[in-house]
Amino acid sequence: MVQNRPILDIISHLILIFGIIIVALPIWITFVAATHDPIRMTQAPIPLLPGTYFWENFVTTLFGGGLSGTETTAVWRMLLNSLTMAMMIAIGKIAISLLSAFAIVYFKFPFRMGFFWIIFITLMLPVEVRILPTFEVVANLGMLNSYWGLSIPLIASATATFMFRQVFLTIPDEMLESARIDGAKPMRFFWDILIPLSRTNIAALFVILFIYGWNQYLWPLLITTDSDMTTIVVSIKSMLEAAEQQPQWNIIMMTALLAMIPPVFVVIAMQKLFVQGLTETDK
Amino acid sequence: MATIQLENLVKAYGEVEVLHKVNGEIKDGELVVVVGPSGCGKSTLLRMIAGLETVTSGNVSIGARVVNDLEPAERDIAMVFQNYALYPHMSVRQNMAYGLKIRRINQQEIERRVNQAAEILSIEEYLDRKPRQLSGGQRQRVAMGRAIVRDPQVFLFDEPLSNLDAKLRVQMRLEIRKLQQRLNVTSIYVTHDQVEAMTLGDRLMVLNDGVVEQFGTPIELYDKPETKFVAGFIGSPSMNFIPASSQKGSLILGNGTKISKFKDDHKELTVGIRPEHLKINMKGQVRVSVQMVEQLGANSLVHGVLEKTNIDFSVSIPGHVTADAGSVMAFDVNRDNIHIFHADTGQRIPQ
Repeated sequence: MVQNRPILDIISHLILIFGIIIVALPIWITFVAATHDPIRMTQAPIPLLPGTYFWENFVTTLFGGGLSGTETTAVWRMLLNSLTMAMMIAIGKIAISLLSAFAIVYFKFPFRMGFFWIIFITLMLPVEVRILPTFEVVANLGMLNSYWGLSIPLIASATATFMFRQVFLTIPDEMLESARIDGAKPMRFFWDILIPLSRTNIAALFVILFIYGWNQYLWPLLITTDSDMTTIVVSIKSMLEAAEQQPQWNIIMMTALLAMIPPVFVVIAMQKLFVQGLTETDK
Repeated sequence: MATIQLENLVKAYGEVEVLHKVNGEIKDGELVVVVGPSGCGKSTLLRMIAGLETVTSGNVSIGARVVNDLEPAERDIAMVFQNYALYPHMSVRQNMAYGLKIRRINQQEIERRVNQAAEILSIEEYLDRKPRQLSGGQRQRVAMGRAIVRDPQVFLFDEPLSNLDAKLRVQMRLEIRKLQQRLNVTSIYVTHDQVEAMTLGDRLMVLNDGVVEQFGTPIELYDKPETKFVAGFIGSPSMNFIPASSQKGSLILGNGTKISKFKDDHKELTVGIRPEHLKINMKGQVRVSVQMVEQLGANSLVHGVLEKTNIDFSVSIPGHVTADAGSVMAFDVNRDNIHIFHADTGQRIPQ
């Protein structure tokens, strides 16, 4: 709207600034807490301006034993675990749902819609509901404390399959027909036409799924008993309860800060494709 | 170079038969236009020849080889789609080269063929653009280019011009015709536009409800339509139909006018007269009550009803003619230009 109403402008800005404060304040406090020494963090009132211990906290958290007085894994290792798990989940989910959507949309086989609905119904069964049987299966397969155990049970995705199905349905049939006349076999069509055409949707989904994988809490908590396999999100919580002592806020907050970086990085890197994927209509 | 043969071709979806025993032979290097109203099965027929639809019964042969069970790619055909179906993520060059790349033709040969096709269609400057950066007419050329580079035995066109504006359509129509004659490739062209059909085709196959009504040259179809449907479909404005009968050696229109001699006696006939075959003659037997005159510049279209009836009638007269609504005009028609059909079967009665 092109309008000149100063009062409206001021009000809108106030509302926006207020919203930003609400969203940004916790992150600011996290940052501030990560820059002080442990003693300052136990004193009230909590500081609102950064201290001088940032680098020291950073090094201790990332490479040292984490909390003093306990035997915990270095945070870089947990970051690596989280990263591996999130990548495996995101890539695995995309690969599997691309293939299943391809099968459902482009091939005629008996009970095709039946299969689609079975996949669809699993939407109603999130990890938390099926966690005990899934644990049993993973344990029997000997996948406890492994990246496979962390990621495989989370890979099947009805949502992504459904989304790719919708994407494929928007691609005109003539595209398949002209590829057939050009002599493309099904997998060739899949690689040369379908994947490039759903590129932006894949990127958008990757962002969403990466963050989904990164933020997994209950499942990693359950199947990793070896502290070398802990993910960073789980470790933040366990740090709070570690060794009946005052929580070391500076280290915990630094860990939280570090845990935020990879998702932010993924979002920034994929931003352009992400927006295209959600808005693009030109097929 | 190939002939195409259709023998008793039938297509059914479950119980519903949409094409009934289509027969026809398309000669080497000929351009045949399949024309008919929407839903008559013309696209289905083309897609069966292309291999995109299965054949329920009968045979499709291309170059003396029955292709019923061959994949589209194995039939040595190229198809131009109504919406062009260009791959949006590939440049024009890649679009044209894709089929050749799959056939593992070497890079230099691909390059040579693409450049040659681009030159024929004068699209060299767009080779590195994406389809979305092109206008409708340019996309149309690219789609044709994609067909040409394959150097196929048969071209199939599925209403390729219907997404273009009127002026471009006329221009592209001529280009397609020239190109087809130059390359001398057997072609089948599907359209619902009878003007396009008349101007493009060596021969026309008129389809109605899955039945071939007539298969012949445009002039045959115009001069001697085999059925009432063809008579009404070919020609613009379309033919006037008047219920009639014949007694005692003369043909009598529904309003009692005798218009010519006729050998047999029939109770129920339909007489067809093209609007452009009537001439003004004060003593003419065909008398029309005028309702409206449309001035088209080169000619005038008189709309009205046959006198004393409510049968719609239109006449096309060269030059400018004015007439008041309600006045009566009289016309004369040459015996050779009167078409007579059975009223119930719609078949032509030869004279």
